[in-house]
Order: sequence, then C-alpha cells, then structure tokens
Amino acid sequence: MALDKAAVARIASLARIRMTEAEQVRIAGELAPILSWIEQLNEVDTSGVEPMASVVQMKLPMRDDKVDDGNIRDKLLANAPQEARGFFAVPKVVE
Amino acid sequence: MSLIKGETGDWEMVIGLEVHAQVISNAKLFSGASTAFGGEPNTQVSLVDAAFPGMLPVINRHCVEQAVKSGLGINAEINLVSVFDRKNYFYADLPAGYQISQYTRPIVGKGKLVIDLPDGSAREIGITRLHLEQDAGKSLHDQHPSQTYVDLNRAGVALMEIVSEPDLRSAEEAGAYLKKLRSILRYLGTCDGNMEEGSLRCDCNVSVRKPGGALGTRCEIKNVNSIRFVMQAIEHEARRQVAVIEEGGAIKQETRLFDSGRGVTRPMRSKEEAHDYRYFPDPDLLPLELDRTWVEEVRRGLPELPDAKKARFVAQYKLSPYEAGVLADEQASADYFETAAKGRDAKLACNWVMGDLFGALNKLGLDIVRSPVKAGQLGGLIDLIADNTISGRIAKDVFQEMLASGKSAAAIVEEKGLRQVTDRGAIEQAIDAILAKEPEKIAEYRAGKDKLLGYFVGQVMKATGGKANPGLVNQLLKKKLAG
Amino acid sequence: MSALTELGLAEARDGLRAKTFSARELAEAHIAAVEAARPLNAFLCETPEKARAMAAESDARLARGAARPLEGLPLAIKDLFCTENVPTTAGSRILEGFTPPYESTVTAHLWRDGAVMLGKANLDEFAMGSANVTSAFGPVENPWRRRGDNRPLVPGGSSGGSAAAVAARAALGATGTDTGGSIRQPASFCGIVGLKPTYGRCSRWGTVAFASSLDQAGPMTRSVKDAAIMLQSMAGYDPKDSTSAAVPVPDFEAALSGDIRGLKIGIPREYRIDGMPQEIEAVWQRGIDWLKDAGAVPVEVSLKLTKYALPAYYIIAPAEASSNLARYDGVRFGLRVPGESLDEMYEGTRAEGFGAEVRRRILIGTYVLSAGYYDAYYLKAQRVRALIARDFDEAFKSCDVLLTPTAPSAAFAIGEKSDDPIAMYLNDVFTVGVSLAGLPAISVPAGLSGDGLPLGLQLIGRAFDEETVLRAGTAIERAADFTAEPSFIAGRA
Repeated sequence: MALDKAAVARIASLARIRMTEAEQVRIAGELAPILSWIEQLNEVDTSGVEPMASVVQMKLPMRDDKVDDGNIRDKLLANAPQEARGFFAVPKVVE
Repeated sequence: MSLIKGETGDWEMVIGLEVHAQVISNAKLFSGASTAFGGEPNTQVSLVDAAFPGMLPVINRHCVEQAVKSGLGINAEINLVSVFDRKNYFYADLPAGYQISQYTRPIVGKGKLVIDLPDGSAREIGITRLHLEQDAGKSLHDQHPSQTYVDLNRAGVALMEIVSEPDLRSAEEAGAYLKKLRSILRYLGTCDGNMEEGSLRCDCNVSVRKPGGALGTRCEIKNVNSIRFVMQAIEHEARRQVAVIEEGGAIKQETRLFDSGRGVTRPMRSKEEAHDYRYFPDPDLLPLELDRTWVEEVRRGLPELPDAKKARFVAQYKLSPYEAGVLADEQASADYFETAAKGRDAKLACNWVMGDLFGALNKLGLDIVRSPVKAGQLGGLIDLIADNTISGRIAKDVFQEMLASGKSAAAIVEEKGLRQVTDRGAIEQAIDAILAKEPEKIAEYRAGKDKLLGYFVGQVMKATGGKANPGLVNQLLKKKLAG
Repeated sequence: MSALTELGLAEARDGLRAKTFSARELAEAHIAAVEAARPLNAFLCETPEKARAMAAESDARLARGAARPLEGLPLAIKDLFCTENVPTTAGSRILEGFTPPYESTVTAHLWRDGAVMLGKANLDEFAMGSANVTSAFGPVENPWRRRGDNRPLVPGGSSGGSAAAVAARAALGATGTDTGGSIRQPASFCGIVGLKPTYGRCSRWGTVAFASSLDQAGPMTRSVKDAAIMLQSMAGYDPKDSTSAAVPVPDFEAALSGDIRGLKIGIPREYRIDGMPQEIEAVWQRGIDWLKDAGAVPVEVSLKLTKYALPAYYIIAPAEASSNLARYDGVRFGLRVPGESLDEMYEGTRAEGFGAEVRRRILIGTYVLSAGYYDAYYLKAQRVRALIARDFDEAFKSCDVLLTPTAPSAAFAIGEKSDDPIAMYLNDVFTVGVSLAGLPAISVPAGLSGDGLPLGLQLIGRAFDEETVLRAGTAIERAADFTAEPSFIAGRA
C-alpha cells in the first residue's frame, strides 16, 4: 500500500501529532514496509467469518442507576496543567 | 405541499431532523456521576467521565431501558443485539478523544410517528434509527480573552440520537414533528424535552429540489434550541439555497449555525475538514444483548401514548380532534382533563380546561402540575354549574377566587353567598322593582325595541348581585313585559 | 542482609510468619537492593518511605497473628499501574508529573493483601515494545550478560524493568502487563517466571490502557509457586471493568503438584519456524522430553494461522491504542506544550510527549481505522483473529496444554534490531497468538543459550485454566532445575 507524504500528513492531523515535512517523508518511509507486511493477511480466506467481537464470553454487565460518583473536583483538577475557577483552561476555540 | 416560489419556478424542501434527547436518569450513561442540571463546574464528573488513564465504562441499565421505551413509543424495531462504537475526534469538551456512540448496530431500528398539522390533517413520518451515545461537556468561550473554559458536568450524560427519514416537506411539518416527538418522550418519561435547557437539541438537514427532481445537496444546521427557531432556520435556509441555485451557484455541503438574532444561517467558522471518525466497536464494552421477554415486559408497561389518547378522547368524550389533540399533548393535561370530566359533561370540562384554566396558568407562568386549582376542584366547580347552584358567569368569578385561595368552589360559594337565585318569587320581586322605575323603556320595548330586553336583564342581574338565574330572569321578564 | 533478597517470595512469606526475620528487615534489604540495582535503570520511581511504612504495618499484623496473604512482601510495580499519590508515567514524557488520585484495582488487591511497594518499574513507553528501549526515561539493562561479552543486553519488553528487578533480586516479585507477550518474553530473556492470565482474569481498571482487548496484568517472579501466590491476590472480578470475568478465583497454590501423568501436551507444528536457532529448537525438545518423563503425552497439533497472528496483532493493537491514547492531549493531566490554538496545543503536546515508537503505532492505528481502510485492515484482522481463536479451540480438543518456546532468541544487545521495527515485532512471534485468543500462558526458564543466556519455555492453557498451566509449569521447573544466575545481582559484590 503506497503511503505518501500527503497521506502521512492527513493521518498525523487526524491524530493531532505535529509533523514537519521532513518527518512526514521519513515516517512514510518507515510505515511503508510495515503496512505491506501486514497486507499478508489478505492470504487468509475469511469468507463467512464474523469479526471477533471480544474474547470474553459473557453479556455486557450493567450498573444500577445510582449516583455514587462525582464530587471530586479537587482530585480532577490536581493534575491540570491549567485551571481557573473550577474549569479546565485551554487555548480559546473559535467556533 | 408547501413550495417555495422561486424565480425559475417552484421548489420543494426536503428536511430531515436529527434530535439529541437527554435521557432522564439519575446517573450518567457509563458512570455513576449525577446528571442534575446546573451544578458547580466539574462537580458532577467522575474519573471515567474525565477520561483519566485506566478508566473504563460500565453501562447504566436504566438508560438502556429508557432507550427501549422510546423506541417502542415511536413504533420502532428494537434490536436485541446492538454494539457501542467509538467515534474518534478531538475537542476540548471530549476528554477521551472519542465519544462512545452506536454506529453500525444501534439499539433501535426503523420506526415512525404521526404528525398533526394545523389544518387538521395528519402525516406519517419515518424514523431511521435511535441510538444511545454520550453527551460532551461544555466549552465556555466567553469567560476569558484567550482561553476557553471546560466544564465536564455534562460529559457522559446519556443521549438518545433520533434520526428522521428526510420525509418532512415544510418548516411547519418540522415543527409538528418536534412537537409530537417531544410529547411522546415526555409521556414516556424518557426525556423532559426542555429545549431551552438543552435537554432536546435539533440538527436540521435541509436541501431543495424541483418537485419530482433529484435530491439536492444538503446543509446541516446544528444545535437549534427551540421549535420556533427550527422552523425559522429551515425556512431561511431553504430560501437561501433556492436563491443560490437560481443565481447560478451550487450548494456547498456544509455545517451551519442559526443566528436567532438576525434570523439567518451562517457557516461554522471551524476548519471544514472532512470528519473521519474512524468508528470501531469499543473494546472496553461487549455487545449489548436484550432479552425478548424483557422488551415485551417494557412494552406492556408503556402508558397510553398521545395519539391513542387523542383518538380515545374523540371517541369516548366526543371532543373534536383539535380539542383532543391539545389536551393529549401532555400527559399531565390529559390526566387533569379526565379527572375533571369523570362523571360530568366532558364538553364543559374541556372548555373550562382549555379556556379558563390554560389561560390562567399561562398568565401565572405555571405548569399544569403546579396548578393552584386541582382537577378534582375544577370538577367540583363544574358540578355547581351543572346543578344550577351558580351560573356560568358567576362560576368564572368563583374560579378566579379558587386560583387565589386554593379553596374549593363549594366553600367559596357558601362564604360569598354566591348561590344562584332561582326562587321565582324573589326574581319576580326584583323584576317588578326594576320595571316600576322604567315606564318609558317599557313603552319603547312594547312598541318594538326588542333590544331593550338585554338592558332589563342587565338591570335585574345588577340588582341581584349577578346571582339571579339568567334563564329564569329572561323568561319571567318576557312574561311581565308582555303584559 | 543480602541473603534476604535471594529468598523466593514463598520462602520469604514463610520466613516472616515463622518470625525468622521481620518485615522491616526484609523491606530494608530490598530498599538497599533497589538502590544497588540503579545501574540497570529498572526503576523509574523508588518509594522507600512508603515501603518502610507498609512494612511497619505488616510487622504489627504479623505480631498479632493477623497476617494477610502477601504480608510484608516487597514488590516492584510496572509503571503502567496507577498508584495513588505515587507518580505514574507509563514510561512516557506525556505523563511526566502525573500523580494519580486513585489506585488501580490490581495493585489495590496487592496492598489489601499486605504487600509492600518498592517502587515503579521502568517499561517500554505505553507498553509498546519488546526490548524496553522505547522508555522516555532510558532503556533498562538485563542483569544477564553474554559469556565473555560486556555489552549491555535488553531485558525484553515491555515489562523490562519488572523482569530485570526480579532477576537482579531487587524485588521478590513484580507486576507486569502482557498485550502481545510483554510479560512472557522479558521473563524468558531474564530467566524468570512470567504469567499472563486469561483475558478478564485480572481487572484492567486503573491500568493505563494500550490495547483494551489484549491487555492483561500478571505476576513476574522467580518461581512458578511465587507466580501462583501473586496471581491469587491480583486476580478477581471487578464490576468497574466491563470485560472483567465474573468467575471465582480458584486456589492457584493448590495447583502446583506438578503431577502431569496422562496430561496431553500439544506441540504446535507451525511454531517450528524456518531459521529458528538450533538452541531454541533444542530447549523445546528438552521440554517435550521432560514432560514425557513426568508421564505426560506429547501430541502434535496444528495452529494453522500462526504466521498471521503477528500482522493481525499489529493491526488490532495499534488501532485500539490510537484511540486509547487520544486522551493524552495536555488538557487535564501530564505534559502541555502551549499553543496559539487548541489544535496547536494538541499537536505540539503529542509530538513532544510521545516517543517515536508510540507515534508510529498511533499513526498505523489511525490509518487502519480510517475511512476506506477499515474493512480491509481492521475488520480483516478481527476475522483472522476469530480464526486464530478457533485454531486454539480445535487444538484443545486433542490436548490439555500447549508447549512452545517463549521467544525466538535469547536477549540481544541494546541497539541491535532497533532500526528495524519488523525485526523487533518478530520477537513476539510465539506469544501474540495467545494474546489474540485471550488464553492463559506462562514462561518458565528452561535452559541457557550457547552464550549463557536464559531461554524460556511457554505453556498455554484453555481459558480460565491457569491451574493446568501452573501444574505443567511446575513440572517443567522441576525438570529444568534452572539454577543459573545473572551476572548482576543487587547487593552482591
């Protein structure tokens, strides 16, 4: 699967990881062999096989509709790089 | 058919609505934090909601039940197996960098609801699906010049996303659809439908086409927060699109916002990148499997829904479809009416509820559940009219007094001595007294001025403090005036 | 003092109860050993004061006869488990300074049972790696060296710090996590025992997630018995983890008879890989012979899709990781690189905070999930995964446990293989299939390579049958009689 600089730029943007042009080129080079290596899966005949949902053989457990969490603002903000008046603060977003 | 008249001919609007309805529950969809409205920032947030390292979701059973109830309320297929998918994107109010939603296999499939139009007609609108997903937190952009403040109280609250088929053809139909959907969800107790508080949000997909032509490119108007604005936004957007096309332009598929102040839609300023959400099944959750017998149990437990109630009101109480529709719109008003009407003249009860009661509640800014006059009490008032204890005219005064004091009609009538005077002798006495003072008018009346009867009736009523039975006054006056 | 660090975990447990020595003495000996082991860079954070306080509590309980299952036993904790009020980095710059206000379920179990925390062990960044060379805080050195060669070797990964600490006798045991082999392979490289339980056996709550459908916590110790004792405490249903199995925890210590008479040992033919080093082949054959001598019956089985397990894993794991690591964005914890806009902040933070291997895997993961590629890559890999799990189910119809080598080589030098990601991925060739199928597996040191480096054998069991795995593991352990020691042992001259 050909992976060019533009494709890397698009993926890096989706993943919010800044990349210089030089890095994009380098990464494209690094990823190309990995991606062609994983292509060998096409050799496997998977017709009629359901994708594995989970190795766990049980039903989704459910919890009661009880309020038993929250009210831990101090704990939540303790590691915040920037906080103000009980909010997490980030660079302003223009909508 | 509601068409837009353009320069080049008629245009048809094609509208689909995506509604996000906040589920009524105590705790969030995947965590135990509270869903209560209006808390101090970040006080109703668990480590799971804030996506701290190693945190995991556990689904709230009640939210699942609410979604199933809602699906049944819109006559939809309940999918016994559904899957939660991660919708991946970055935003400040989305702590995990993904929203847990449902993409390929939602909990509820195809459904429908019937909309009631002002002209009395009804139309069936298809619903594509209903799924459960997490709400995001709130970003406040106006608290600081260069920072956005993030409050995660709302992050993780359960939402039901309800997607209609693009079957709507006018702003009016869109309004009717929202009204009905809201009514159904409120009946079911699955969403309070409060658009001002944001518990019901609507995204409108609008496109235009020549009648019978191919579908046009659509634009999405996001997060419109009142039914009135939805109708305005759709109307404006459709006309905007017609104008663009007729001027030779093409509609750019984009997301727009409705500026309610100026009454126009405008494109969102954020980067218009194609969203690649990279949906995949959430590996922290297993597929949701519902038991068929349980779903049937839920179905059996559903209350009578608005359409069925309306039909029954028409059949059982002989109300007009319009009256039935208004009363059945809210479970609370329907219940009120039925209590007041039980064993009484339903039409009379209907008039009192829709007229005097609704009028008073509007003026007082109260919900029917907070009405100072309870349904039973209104029934009591109606009884006093029915057995002629008071006249309809006096009843209105009594009603105002009931609103103010909370007392029963009977108590007020006794206290104020408002019993209707039906004693013929007493009325004749009053009449005689009036007639004795008006020889000229009597002569004019006998000469042919029939209208003066009303004058005499008015005088008698005044003299009896309004308490004389109007019918009797009329009857006896006529007799006496005839000579 | 140094003799105390050379005890096994079970021996130390018994010694404490017999009052041969105190928990304080045991803790001090290990605190000194952790210090002495600094050249290995096995620990990212040492917690001697905490260890002393916990040991004091243990002594009090021992004195009044109220000893809990792991009372007073000093352990190292892989820095992927969130430990309350103790910095947790996941080996990454992006979590530098992060101090969790909560304790992971697995470590909470250990403290509930009286264990003592020595510190947080180094690891490959976000558990991504097989050599512990991707840690933002420097590589870990294997306490073993090749005979006549001074070059530092890798301890394996991602639980390299845990393995090195245990092998160097700086801890009685350590917690690791295994996603594609990250407990078993370093155990093999460091000559210790490493057990990956069945998926769902241990809770994942509070453990930094790498690949949610594969991650499992497990013990790393110097004997099979020690691993059984640790697993007993680590395991257990957790309602806060929707993938946690609601099954009772058996008595693992009772499964150590080593009596495998009549047990059918499956030997998967596809694990005999072209170009496999002779000595790996040899230790495998020796293992088969040992088990036969102990009364077991070797049976050839087929795991047809073995060779596709690696590419399937390298689609599924990065895909899940790319989503799990989206939360590391500079907003609520960890590193923030300031930016003019929100996106700029995200991009700068993640570019600087994540190392090269993590960035690579996030990109691969993002790519294989992206529009147009999801069906061809991710769904395809999940279908292959289903077939691989089916392979194991089939094999277990004719055997009770499988025996394979753990790794395709002994430990290699730090710096070797690091230019070639695929060569690095191939380290996991014998371990990933097990992870995809969610089965339990143990690595037991079985012999030495020509260079004098440890080689491990892997036993794989049916889901939730850790008992058979432990039983067969005991048999291997007895027969192997592995007494070789690494060149570096903490506290020894």
